[in-house]
Amino acid sequence: MTTSTVDSPARRSSRGGRVLRYVLLVVVACVVLGPIYWLVTSALKPTADIYTYPPTWIPNPLHLRWSNFADAWHAAPFGRFFLNSLIVTAIGTVGEMLCATLCAYAFAFLRFPFKKVLFGVLLGAMMVPGHVTLLPNYLTISDLGWINTYQGLIFPGLGSVFATFLLRQHMMTLPGEVLDAAKVDGAGHLRTMFRVVLPLSRPMLITAGVITLVAKWNDFIWPLIVTNSTNMRTVPIGLLFLKTQEGYNNWGAIMAATVLVIVPVLVVFFFAQRQIVAGLTQGATKG
Amino acid sequence: MSAVDARAGARSADTVGAGDRPPPRRRRPRHLREYLLFLAFIVPNFFFVIVFAYWPVIYNAYLSLTSWNMLAPVKEFVGLTNYTDLLTDGDFLGTLRITVIFVLGIVLGSMVLGLAIAVLLNEKLIGRGFVRTMAFAPHILSGAAIGTIWLFIFDPNYGLLRPIFGVVGLASPNWMTSSKWALPGLIIVYLWKNMGFIATVYLAGLQNVPRDLYEAAAIDGSGPWHTFRKITFPMLSPVTFFLVITTTIGTFQAFDIIALMTGGGPGNSTTILSWFIYQQAFKAFDAGHAAAAAMLMFVVLIIITALQARFLERKVHYR
Repeated sequence: MTTSTVDSPARRSSRGGRVLRYVLLVVVACVVLGPIYWLVTSALKPTADIYTYPPTWIPNPLHLRWSNFADAWHAAPFGRFFLNSLIVTAIGTVGEMLCATLCAYAFAFLRFPFKKVLFGVLLGAMMVPGHVTLLPNYLTISDLGWINTYQGLIFPGLGSVFATFLLRQHMMTLPGEVLDAAKVDGAGHLRTMFRVVLPLSRPMLITAGVITLVAKWNDFIWPLIVTNSTNMRTVPIGLLFLKTQEGYNNWGAIMAATVLVIVPVLVVFFFAQRQIVAGLTQGATKG
Repeated sequence: MSAVDARAGARSADTVGAGDRPPPRRRRPRHLREYLLFLAFIVPNFFFVIVFAYWPVIYNAYLSLTSWNMLAPVKEFVGLTNYTDLLTDGDFLGTLRITVIFVLGIVLGSMVLGLAIAVLLNEKLIGRGFVRTMAFAPHILSGAAIGTIWLFIFDPNYGLLRPIFGVVGLASPNWMTSSKWALPGLIIVYLWKNMGFIATVYLAGLQNVPRDLYEAAAIDGSGPWHTFRKITFPMLSPVTFFLVITTTIGTFQAFDIIALMTGGGPGNSTTILSWFIYQQAFKAFDAGHAAAAAMLMFVVLIIITALQARFLERKVHYR
């Protein structure tokens, strides 16, 4: 702890100020973590501990009720919901990343008249709010007879603007010599892309991929309107289903189901935390 | 690369004024191949973006001029009737009022909280990295899950807020079943979801503020609050503007948490524009009014984005 370096005005403050800052840090931590703690402990509490006041802050580790998870699993076809979410997320992410990668490579390395204008057209799509496309896309998918199908769930999400933007910006920063060397070797564009550009873009591919993945797993409104049979619902819709089914009578099971929904995302988040944060805050710092 | 360009340039200079003599054979096919490859690479992405983002705008604009129950074979053209209906309808005006409160509450609230947290986390405190990571996490959690968690937290009998209100001797209100508390309740949930993301972006901005500015302020004997107002906040203004715009656009489209927690109710007390559009289209099957409301939302968001563009332009001139 050196006090000689001044890196912000508050560093010069008193010992009391430091204590206050730690108190505030703890408050922030409690506000942020409180709901998550409440979720996880409630998912493990026996029913009697949930419906009691004052609440049981720390559930008895010897009497955890794991069967909350079994209850949730049986109250709604969660196995099916997970399967649907996995299929839609996996295929949707791979598909969108393919579209994004090819498109980003073209905009970064290939010549074409009015390339900048075309890129502007692509970026413009970011301004179209989801609620404007909702009804027309529903009608399109419905005309194709794709209501309650995986195609219907996946196709409208395959076009990529944000991931394309992230990847193209990254590819533009790659050193020109590497690409020129590949050209001298006589490598075609496909080979340059797979042998040189994609390996060098790995961090950004991970960032864009993970952001896409999380967005697809969490997607709510599109699966809600494009499916209406229970066996085509995805996990987030499953929560709505469970709530309507169980009402407020079985918080243990509802909390257990919620844990199941967020655990995959949290696992991804803790592994790829740096990439996610960097990608999602990109627009702000570069803007 | 540049050598190739130079040669290409020389060639085209040669061919200027060459009349209808065919251009040199060997260069054109190579350009053509590159153009074709470019098209092949962008076609998949552009196909989906055009079919599922641009075409819907045109289609939606058309639908907004019709009266259609989504079943009848014919869409009746009604001109601007849907718009005049909406703008003279008390329910819709109520929706707009609720939307403004909702958006203002969430944007202002999460900006203030986010900035405060960022300033705190900018201090060299033990554990700040952990808090920063945890604070960001809600931003990527499913809205459906967040809604479910908070539904239980808001439960007046067994929820987490009852003991907290109990500390100051108050009863936790019937949050989600009272038309007075449901909207503030939703705003609280969105604050919780947004503030960590905003703090993270602000934190990056804070770390970009040149240190010598603070040193100069310290020499001038400027106090912390004064320094914040005269140096930190102005230096952060581009970040602030970016965040206000993106949070506003995001909040206008809020949906999943509302779907889980209130479904627009009780009554219409939490029916914001996005929920109204969904209701009109998929509950009332009134395509025309839904499309007109969506167009209004689109126009508002375009105006907000244009404001951002103008602001950034001014920012560049200022520098």
